[in-house]
Amino acid sequence: MTGRIVVAGGSMGGLRAAEQLRAAGWTGAVTVVGDEPHMPYNRPPLSKEVLAGRAPFASLAFTPKAAAADVEWRLGTKAVGARLDERTVTLDDGSTLSYDGLVVATGMRPRRLRCPGPLAGRHTVRTLADARGLREELTRPGVRVVVVGAGFIGCEVAATAAGLGVGEVTVVDPLPLPMAGPLGDLLGRALLRRHERRGVRFALGTGVTGFEGTDRVTGVVLGDGTVLPADVVVESVGSVANVEWLQDNGLDLTDGVLTCAQLRVGGRPDVVAVGDVARFPNARYDGVPRRVEHWSIPADTARHAAKALVAHLLGEEREPAPFAPLPTFWSDQHDFRLQSFGAPVLGLGDVRVLDGDPDGDPEGDVLVGYHHTDRLVGVVALGGRTAALDAARYRAQLLQQPALTA
Amino acid sequence: MKVVVDMNKCQDHGQCVFAAPDVFSFDDAGRLAYVPDPDDALRDEVEEAADVCPLQAIRIEG
Repeated sequence: MTGRIVVAGGSMGGLRAAEQLRAAGWTGAVTVVGDEPHMPYNRPPLSKEVLAGRAPFASLAFTPKAAAADVEWRLGTKAVGARLDERTVTLDDGSTLSYDGLVVATGMRPRRLRCPGPLAGRHTVRTLADARGLREELTRPGVRVVVVGAGFIGCEVAATAAGLGVGEVTVVDPLPLPMAGPLGDLLGRALLRRHERRGVRFALGTGVTGFEGTDRVTGVVLGDGTVLPADVVVESVGSVANVEWLQDNGLDLTDGVLTCAQLRVGGRPDVVAVGDVARFPNARYDGVPRRVEHWSIPADTARHAAKALVAHLLGEEREPAPFAPLPTFWSDQHDFRLQSFGAPVLGLGDVRVLDGDPDGDPEGDVLVGYHHTDRLVGVVALGGRTAALDAARYRAQLLQQPALTA
Repeated sequence: MKVVVDMNKCQDHGQCVFAAPDVFSFDDAGRLAYVPDPDDALRDEVEEAADVCPLQAIRIEG
């Protein structure tokens, strides 16, 4: 077989795509382009074990499958342009790659706050370099930390900072509860209580309007005028899709790259998207295209997209069934874990306690179900390591879920 | 096909139990249990389980 598939993006999504292209029967060339200098590595520990100094880089690196041993890795370079009609991708070193098939796996980058003030002392956590730089600052004695954004990364970083024994750590968020967006108020309240019991402070219901300091940040100005003294600031306020390189190809790039139910891009059978940059409809739910930033998605999307792409390149007629993954996520904070199966965000309007008593023992395990039109669409367990055991009992119910109507 | 789980790495996330319930399960004590030599017909779901293990603790041999 001749020809080449270019995978733009060298993180987990790029790796899984390369592996799944081989699994799907592609024996031609595969070239993966990644802007970081490292081979693909596991990001979840960056906000936890790496920040806490418990995980060396070697423990993060993925072990590529043997079938992907002949994949060409072009690291430390990135795609800066594409001409899909001509099947070419331009790299930032000026070179141009021709392709027969293209996998879009360029992922996300952290969103930054645009309010006025110095940049020094302000961090994000996405890459290994980010985590190393932040760790250096967090381990200075008595350091005061302000985390902006009470989502996954923010809550995890705050927990890790508290565990490192920093001077103080305060989490700021415009919403009234941590992780209220993905989890709703019930678990948000339970999380708030657990964090506060472990020394994390919160300034909720207020945004950030600026940063104080001349050469580097010394304080965070809140919407109500309060100033929180800060030696280190962590910005965990969401992410931005790396899609600029795809502009001028007539694609819908309003939030990531829009795909069809086969993860194809722009109606082109030779271009697919994987990972959190892909905005795909999930046939398991309402068919509304969404980007999903959970860790399980790169593997799920790569499996499906590679089959669809290789089937086209090999001239096969069969169309795979529409993509219908069961999303999952987890989050380790302090000594407790959140473990989710399904899509709780689609059932925030009807949240029921399935097990435990969230208003009783503040440290007890809690299992919560999220419902849409009376049907279970997601479960989230909060508690110790065995929390997943409780959630796993609902596997059959979550998988048997008939498709919802929007 | 042979399945090996590094139980020193496993932290009971249960992702494999969802991906391949014929091979991975929790025992009554909440510890991961698995079939070490599953039928080859289960290869797809076992590979999926290995991919989605947060600790990358599942190895497939043969």
